[in-house]
Amino acid sequence: MKLNPFKKKAKEPKVEFTKKWEPFVFLLPFAIGVTIFTIYPLFNVILMAFKENFVLLTGKYTSLGFANFEYVMKDRYFIQGMQNTFKYVLVVIPISTCISIVIATLLNNKIKFMPFFQTAYFLPMVTSATAVGLAWKYMFHYQYGVINYLLGLIGIDPIAWLTDVSSNFTALCVYGIWNMLPFTIVLLLSGLQNIDKLYYTAARVDGASSLRIFFRITVPLLLPTIFLTMVVNSISAFKVFHELFPLWSGQPGIAYNLFTVVYYIFYQFRGLTPPKYGRAAASAVILFVVIFIFTRIQIWIQKRFDH
Amino acid sequence: MRTKNFIKYSLIYIILGIGAVFMIFPFFWMIMGGFKTAQEISAFPPLLFPSHFNLDNFKFALDTAPFAKYFVNSVVVTVSSVTLSTMTTILAAFAFSRLEFKGRDALFTLLLALMMVPFEMIVITNYRTIINMGLLNTRVALIIPFTSSIFYTYILRNFFVSIPESFYRSAKIDGCSNWQYLWKVMVPMARPSLVTIILLNSISAWNSFFWPMLVTNTSSARTLPFGLYTFMTEGGARNEYMMAAATIVVLPMMILFLFARKYIVTGVSKGGLKG
Repeated sequence: MKLNPFKKKAKEPKVEFTKKWEPFVFLLPFAIGVTIFTIYPLFNVILMAFKENFVLLTGKYTSLGFANFEYVMKDRYFIQGMQNTFKYVLVVIPISTCISIVIATLLNNKIKFMPFFQTAYFLPMVTSATAVGLAWKYMFHYQYGVINYLLGLIGIDPIAWLTDVSSNFTALCVYGIWNMLPFTIVLLLSGLQNIDKLYYTAARVDGASSLRIFFRITVPLLLPTIFLTMVVNSISAFKVFHELFPLWSGQPGIAYNLFTVVYYIFYQFRGLTPPKYGRAAASAVILFVVIFIFTRIQIWIQKRFDH
Repeated sequence: MRTKNFIKYSLIYIILGIGAVFMIFPFFWMIMGGFKTAQEISAFPPLLFPSHFNLDNFKFALDTAPFAKYFVNSVVVTVSSVTLSTMTTILAAFAFSRLEFKGRDALFTLLLALMMVPFEMIVITNYRTIINMGLLNTRVALIIPFTSSIFYTYILRNFFVSIPESFYRSAKIDGCSNWQYLWKVMVPMARPSLVTIILLNSISAWNSFFWPMLVTNTSSARTLPFGLYTFMTEGGARNEYMMAAATIVVLPMMILFLFARKYIVTGVSKGGLKG
């Protein structure tokens, strides 16, 4: 909505505040960057996806068509990447959201040591995922990792988290959930702080228990924020990729079993010789379509609940 | 009633405490690991603390890999890209909020749509652009793709819009130019938003991994996170050195967080973190 108090008063003289050229001067530095590094590559990648046998440095290609898409859709690594990525989203998002709802609700109480709790819960937001990933790699170690030690205390046999195909995915999810919690808690906490305190007061006067208040007031009123957080997190979880580098030294799992969509893109244009740019572009376009759908859902939620 | 409250709060503290330990443990383990000896780090059952806090591992890491160089590169890249993008953001946010020109809102909507383009997609072409510009293995390559940010322009523009237009009109009638108004009125008023943008931008620039991995093959232009990664892949996988190096990479951001915690937390809750 545009607020223009002068518009209604007809007597007010229309003043030209801005010279015609001025906006463009202000926009120029920004426009250069966006054009070269966002708009141009967007169209370029889409076009590249249709070029067959495209060579990046010479710009030559044999023909235009859907061959790259056909190849990618049939490639077992791409199919594996899609499966892993969807599985990852379906595991990581619900678990991290549930944990975050509990932690955010508890942090929303009047409690002491708030700076300590904030530091503990939010520090991972600012630290390099690569560096912390190395710490996780050490914690996941089969022989002397602290995780297997703790599991041993409750009688669970050591698990080869990073070196066994069957446990790779679990390790990735554990690390992914840990990574996702801080951001999710922050968003939910600010959603909680927007809930009118009157609801709680009224419920207490009526003698409702804390648990009842949580399920009957907090969760329903927080629902738009929960949905929104889940969609935003799904978009970032769909791009799961960086996490593989510290844990498996740049390989997608111990036996090429943890391809993700973005890792597949990367693999096509950096992992292969000669690089397959057309296939990388085709898989990037597919990624874009999926993210586009998620984003539409996000916008729909935001509009629906007037966020 | 009182005992009920006591039980309730004890439960809250216990759950939050367990959660906090879970969240902070990897950092604790990393830093302690940096001080442990080769025997201590592979001891089983694991040792909570090292027997001595000596700096040998840190010295070794700094001697074998050019972490000092990586650190300088990280500082140069972060400071330049954040400075440049803050400048372009301020100018563009002003144009999109106060200056009137044909098709302004349509153009802005179009830019917002561009926000959903994943960086992982356009990276393929940007990589070629950098090669064509002859910038492979330079720090410039790590800076110029990030000089314009639609995301931060969007955040700042929203703040600029919330500043009443009457200020603008009265300043203009007093003969103030757009340029003066922007720097003397808008920017000082937007200081909290600007601090947020600068902090969030610095964090993502400092931690950036994917792009440096693509465009820096040699150590001369590498920044810390990717430098750390190559230290792991090229220098063998001795955990105690790895933990010491990881601590060096993480420490500056930890210190920043301790000082700017409130700004970062409110900033993230308002705008979110990019990438």
